[in-house]
Amino acid sequence: MYVIIVGGGKVGYYLTRELLGQDFEVALLEKDKRRLAYLQTELGEVVLPGDGCEVRYMEDAGFGRADVVVAVTGDDEDNLVICQMAKKLYNVKRVLARVNDPANEQFFQKLGIRTTVNSTRIIYNLIEQTIESDAVVPLAAIQQGEYEIVEISVSEKSPVVGHTLMQVNLPPEALIVAVLRGGEARIPTGAINLENGDTLIALVRSEAEEALATVFA
Amino acid sequence: MKVVILGCGRAGSILAQLLARDSHDVTIIDYNADAFRRIADSKVHQVVGTGIDVAVLRRAGIEQADVFIAVTNGDNTNIMSTQIATREFNVPKSLARIYDPSRAQAYREIGVNTICTSMLAAGLLRDFVLDKPWGSVLDYIDPPVATQGDAQMDGEV
Repeated sequence: MYVIIVGGGKVGYYLTRELLGQDFEVALLEKDKRRLAYLQTELGEVVLPGDGCEVRYMEDAGFGRADVVVAVTGDDEDNLVICQMAKKLYNVKRVLARVNDPANEQFFQKLGIRTTVNSTRIIYNLIEQTIESDAVVPLAAIQQGEYEIVEISVSEKSPVVGHTLMQVNLPPEALIVAVLRGGEARIPTGAINLENGDTLIALVRSEAEEALATVFA
Repeated sequence: MKVVILGCGRAGSILAQLLARDSHDVTIIDYNADAFRRIADSKVHQVVGTGIDVAVLRRAGIEQADVFIAVTNGDNTNIMSTQIATREFNVPKSLARIYDPSRAQAYREIGVNTICTSMLAAGLLRDFVLDKPWGSVLDYIDPPVATQGDAQMDGEV
């Protein structure tokens, strides 16, 4: 698998180092000469000089045979153009862009750059999660955060203890997909009795998450 | 006509004043307030900010704009802002000035209107060297710039 990373800042540098350690074939493009010298000393010949939006450098780096192109410069406009050019000129199947301004994320999607990473939003979400009630912990976001997989801890004070799942009045846009008990995961039926110490895994529409939390609190 | 211009360098500032002189409603955006020293015409509205920020574009009145022109010295800024203008704000007419010919062509092919002034200048100079009369803009840009009718973007690049 050949991965081309454009932008040798901190993200690009550490990403390249990680991928090299995992035996990926990697190229890292950096246009700044001084930064390039440093990167080449640290990472060796996988670091190539040049602007990832310019065709001659894209040719040199072998965009035509890249499986993945990752644009992680500090500028959203550069990351957009790198990904669009990679798709348009070299038919690269998987492109991934770092988006610095959360407001740009949706726009990238609209222009066909479906995979974006936005550290501002990730950190924001983590802060939001830590201030939310501890009973419901988000595990994964689905569909750009429209849905979530969450973990619910059933404590002895929870009103659901001793009731069957069927008796629990869940919000309409929530589904309990697993009950973790005694180190085992069970796909629940409505007849399962909820116990103190159970951990439930639920799929829930993000807007209904609070309503879900109140059912178990 | 309401025109929003991004980039108050030489091209942007001259364009803004030419249009204002013809009584068009012109707003010019630049992230560097110092750049507005090039504008002598008080009728040209000035907005400080970056052109890939929708809030800044809104402040410049992009929602009512008939035309958007991107002439910063960053090709990618021009490309992205022009796409925001057309895709987010449905500005009926837009153009990005691009220095890099390959980028200008690639985007022209996906329906983003671009003009590569490097190609234009080089072509004019070549004809001067060869004692050929100067042709029209389209003679210097191959393939020709997309017309508004060609500007269909399906979101997939």
